[in-house]
Amino acid sequence: MKVLGWGSFFTVIGISIPATVRFLFPRVLFEKPSTFIIGNPDDFKMGISGLKVYEDWKTEQGVWIVREGSRLYALNARCTHLGCMPNYFADERIFKCPCHGSQFHSNGVNFAGPAPRPLDRLKIYINDEGMITVDRGKIYTYKDFDKKEAYLKI
Amino acid sequence: MFWERIKHSRVWKSIFRHGYEDTKRNRVLQIRSNVFLHIHPVKIPAHAYRIRFTWCMGGMTFFLFLVEVITGAFLMFYYTPLPEQGYKDMLYLRYDVPFGVILRNVHRWAAHLMVFTVILHMLRVFLTGSYKPPREFNWVVGVVLLVVTLLLSFTGYLLPWDQLSYWAIMVATNMIGAMPFIGHEGPFSLLDKYHDIRFLILGGSEVGSNALLRFYVMHIIVLPIIGMIFMAVHFWRIRKDGKISRPL
Repeated sequence: MKVLGWGSFFTVIGISIPATVRFLFPRVLFEKPSTFIIGNPDDFKMGISGLKVYEDWKTEQGVWIVREGSRLYALNARCTHLGCMPNYFADERIFKCPCHGSQFHSNGVNFAGPAPRPLDRLKIYINDEGMITVDRGKIYTYKDFDKKEAYLKI
Repeated sequence: MFWERIKHSRVWKSIFRHGYEDTKRNRVLQIRSNVFLHIHPVKIPAHAYRIRFTWCMGGMTFFLFLVEVITGAFLMFYYTPLPEQGYKDMLYLRYDVPFGVILRNVHRWAAHLMVFTVILHMLRVFLTGSYKPPREFNWVVGVVLLVVTLLLSFTGYLLPWDQLSYWAIMVATNMIGAMPFIGHEGPFSLLDKYHDIRFLILGGSEVGSNALLRFYVMHIIVLPIIGMIFMAVHFWRIRKDGKISRPL
């Protein structure tokens, strides 16, 4: 009887704890889809040479599209220090983070403040319909910047 | 007389059993039969009055906690923990709710002050050596209460849902995400960003509506209850561990 009593008590406790933890991980997340389309490859071919930062997707998606020569890549607008969203200062051509003062060149390389590494880049690829697509779910750190889908040749 | 009749009625006597008779025995009975008064001892030694020794900072902290509970309950009448609504409700409280601005500011300043008095209380206990046996367990309970106080401040910080609170929680939870093993950006990370400790706290991979709701629930019910349980133990143990400490 004693074993039965304590046995059922600890069984209930033992099931409740993992069940509570599982309960706190929802099955459905109402977050934005991780991929979004930024346009045709032709949209980014024209214009000035050198480096250009496109700010059009920053507010909605938290991403800057940067064209550096013939390379197009997606910078994650998330400071590599503690995750605040930096701002782009077009006249100075640098990114500054408002939280702890990290600064980055317009290609995302850090040069001031506590940020430990350049801004991360996101997977960028041409989808089945020929549109340039960015996937916020796949993040490349600076060691992987030359990997296949970390940039797009246009 | 009417007042006398009430005090001799059965209803009155069922609530206040021991009258006003000023004898030592009756004073003890008055205190011991009252759930609120019995928190405080019936008799205290004369040295317990020496405020230059005790600073009364534990008492101040408890008082501020009560202030937080009362003002917090009032704030809850006007606050909705939704991303579209939270900031507006905060502004509404500040600019249009009658006495809303004083309510919000009392809640806010009492919270700041509570952290301060907790630290002064710990400083006093440390300087007077009151953490030493037989009070060593009560020090541990006190450390738990310090953590609960800080977590209450932390969870309350997100609720105005302005730029300051949003980015502060972003930074703090990213630090949590950098924990070894259980955080997705930490050393020896085992989990991705949908299964780590940061996700558990935020209820999502980013600071969103789930995070606001979770912080709200922690702030208004979970942490206050944990705090009250540990406070009950803390106050109980003062008396069981040899009463209030005294100068040697």
